[in-house]
Amino acid sequence: MQGFIYPNEFELHWSLLIVLYPYLTGLVAGAFILASLERVFNVKEVQPTYRLALLTALAFLIVAPLPLQAHLGHPERSYEIFLTPNSRSAMAMFGFVYAWYLAVVLLLEVWFDYRRDLVGWYQSAKGPKRWFYYALTLGATDLSEKSLKFDDSAGRWITVLGIPSAFLLHGYVGFIFGSVKANPWWSSVLMPVVFLLSAIVSGIALVLVLYMVTTMARGKPVNMPCLDRLAQFLFYAIVIDLSLEILDFIHRLYESEESIEILSQLIEGRLFLSLIVLQLLLGTLVPFVVLGLTTHSFRPKPLIQVPEELRRMLFLLSAILVQIGIFSMRFNVVIGGQLFSKSLRGLTVYKVEFLGIEGLASTIFLLLLPLFILWLLVKILPPWGEEPWNQKPSEVAAIQG
Amino acid sequence: MVQQVPRLAIVFTIAVAILLGARQLLIPPTFGEDGHYRAAAVDSIAAHPIKYAGRQACELCHAEQAEVRLAGNHRGVGCETCHGPAAPHVQGPLDVKPVIPDTREFCVTCHSYNASRPTGFPQIEPARHNFPRPCKDCHDPHAPVPPVTPGECSACHAQIARQKSLSHHAELSCAVCHEAPDTHKDAPRSVRPTKPQTRALCGTCHAAGIEEGPPQIDLESHGVPYMCWDCHYPHFPETR
Amino acid sequence: MSLIPSDCRECPPGSVEPEGVDRRDFVKKMAAACAAGVPVVLGVVGVPGVNGQTVDGERYDPTMHYYGMGVDPAKCIGCGRCVNACKTENDVPRTEGAFNTWVERYVIRNDGEVIVDSPDGGMEGFPELADEAGIRKSFFVPKLCNHCANPPCVQVCPVGATFITQDGVVLVDDDYCIGCRYCIQACPYGARWFKEEKRVAAKCTFCYHRIVKGLVPACVEACPTQARIFGEVEGRATPLARFIRFNEIDVLKPALNTRPKVYYANLDGEVR
Repeated sequence: MQGFIYPNEFELHWSLLIVLYPYLTGLVAGAFILASLERVFNVKEVQPTYRLALLTALAFLIVAPLPLQAHLGHPERSYEIFLTPNSRSAMAMFGFVYAWYLAVVLLLEVWFDYRRDLVGWYQSAKGPKRWFYYALTLGATDLSEKSLKFDDSAGRWITVLGIPSAFLLHGYVGFIFGSVKANPWWSSVLMPVVFLLSAIVSGIALVLVLYMVTTMARGKPVNMPCLDRLAQFLFYAIVIDLSLEILDFIHRLYESEESIEILSQLIEGRLFLSLIVLQLLLGTLVPFVVLGLTTHSFRPKPLIQVPEELRRMLFLLSAILVQIGIFSMRFNVVIGGQLFSKSLRGLTVYKVEFLGIEGLASTIFLLLLPLFILWLLVKILPPWGEEPWNQKPSEVAAIQG
Repeated sequence: MVQQVPRLAIVFTIAVAILLGARQLLIPPTFGEDGHYRAAAVDSIAAHPIKYAGRQACELCHAEQAEVRLAGNHRGVGCETCHGPAAPHVQGPLDVKPVIPDTREFCVTCHSYNASRPTGFPQIEPARHNFPRPCKDCHDPHAPVPPVTPGECSACHAQIARQKSLSHHAELSCAVCHEAPDTHKDAPRSVRPTKPQTRALCGTCHAAGIEEGPPQIDLESHGVPYMCWDCHYPHFPETR
Repeated sequence: MSLIPSDCRECPPGSVEPEGVDRRDFVKKMAAACAAGVPVVLGVVGVPGVNGQTVDGERYDPTMHYYGMGVDPAKCIGCGRCVNACKTENDVPRTEGAFNTWVERYVIRNDGEVIVDSPDGGMEGFPELADEAGIRKSFFVPKLCNHCANPPCVQVCPVGATFITQDGVVLVDDDYCIGCRYCIQACPYGARWFKEEKRVAAKCTFCYHRIVKGLVPACVEACPTQARIFGEVEGRATPLARFIRFNEIDVLKPALNTRPKVYYANLDGEVR
């Protein structure tokens, strides 16, 4: 502790779990927006990641409310948010935004996209598996051309609807912080936009990592045009995200309001490692330079021609650094916003505990849980499109050799 | 119509119906009666037991003490400020007795000298003030007055006295500038001592032309139109 | 046509004197009984507050009241009796980070540096200042929930577990709060804390259980110098209304438009 804090500010009220929540939600929104690139904006190169991105979004969305739930004083009362939502509360909208996004956007899109496969698996499988897939088709087993066409166009429309929904989902998470006028570190109109952009950054980076890891694990060749395109979009997203954050920073510095002194102390002291070193240098500037030099971002050819093997490693490294950076960004917002007193006269300290519900251990568990769920989803709904009915006749011929 | 639409419609309808039904069952009965909250919560908060009975309750039985207190300098101090929460005593006057804090330690909670306390609030140096006799030997806690009327203003105005003693005005008595009616000592807040009103008063010593002595200025030109104490604190006159 | 305005808070239309009991008579009898040494259990007969009656013996009507508090820092002596009384009255744990009310000390040095402290919320008073010479001024400021008319804590509560009552008091519903602590984040004054015992948000209630019985909040009852004045904000003939009329009034952090109902007299600009 340093200076004066209000006596009730002795403890931080939102800890690592609440850092995790915007991080996970951001990955959902980011992964979905990446998926929409192929579907709506016709970026054909990223097609290999489309289904993986969808499943990733679903896996992380399932886990996203868990840290919130675990953090509540009364988790068993959380249903009240559906019973008597306070229409003036940003947080009350969570239940509805979440339900909308899960049920109407993600599940529906996955269902329409997979229905042809579900029917295929149902028809080819035996025993309980057969009935499991039949249940997933909801009995809609019609594979007529008209039906398949409907799947395709319904999926496209849901994606179109999904883009604003993804914006809503994560912009709203930013609004939860940005609308707290009591807290000068949070209160900013840019907060939802910054959250959204950083979500896109983290989502693309995550799918990039997952795509490389799963492809290598299956012993298949990495689709390099796809990877180049992903890296390029990652670079663009970083540029916009960085610009917005710098704008926010300059704006605060220039307006130099009452809070500027304590916020400067905060950045120079408590947040130096997580903000300057991890978020800005390692998490943003290094990937920015690496990707800027090695992707096709500025001209038909990259600034530096790098052999494929090295390029893959550089992309992977950048994507991992981006993850560290974005997690640090969530940490700096959530924890940073509670490290200074609202009297603007002092700083407090945050001690990370290891065990306990809000500790490091459960945070790591909740970080790994979506990966486990993704693994399950991939087992149930293989996203690789290798089933016989997905092969074009020429490819079938090629495989049969 | 394609097969998918009716199938999905059924699933969604069932889900929404279950949710709406559950919602109807689970909303607390008094929710929304007076606003977006459970009206019953107000009653349960209002039913919280009280611990401080309030001075009116004490006065019902302890009328004598109340009369003394209301006539003295502790007229604004509630009984339970010193005697502690007394609701249990009101419920069972013989079973529970309030505390009688007759130690020095308790009185100095309020009356020890502390520079942050408002000027004029009676404060003493516990280590020097008749140590270690209990306060009540000389002061009636229900109507405390000094056993002898203080001769010195510093008895109450310790902070000013301290400052003045270090200043160039150390030798001046308070009466040089202030007139304090005797009644001020009994009713310090309602009867106030006078304060200087004119520059001429300071001029008595500081006007040009008086030989040997304090710093001198030309009253006609120096610092017009301000009063002397707008710039200089008379109890600790700064020259810069 | 009636000449009495129908919305007059002091004289609700149709209000009648309580029948049967003449309170002054009762007081005299009680005093006589006590003087005669007869033990009487007061709780059963009608001491305000003790058995749920108001002073007038009428049922409490929240629409007839609108509460606020006046604070005069110039009268505060930093004795901490208010903090103590509040902890006792409201079963607030005597641990760190659990204060419905607390007292801050401001020390403004000659160079303009401001030093604030509040050891244990001022519960056990304040140590003497070490270096008096370099000090421009020093004073105490009692703090508590401002019971804002536009409370950010109520705005953010997702489920409606915290609310303003009809008489203008901001309360928490212990049995409905989900413990998300968004309200604690949203309060600009640090007036809310987390009650570990019940795992819900907690705060000053203006001693709601007392004021509905016609008593003043415990901090006001315990304050030896009348640095706190509790009462009706509206109307003219109330102690608080008089306090507001006769002092220069400030509220804390007015720029946030929370419209506090705790009014400070002649507040120093450094206080926030």
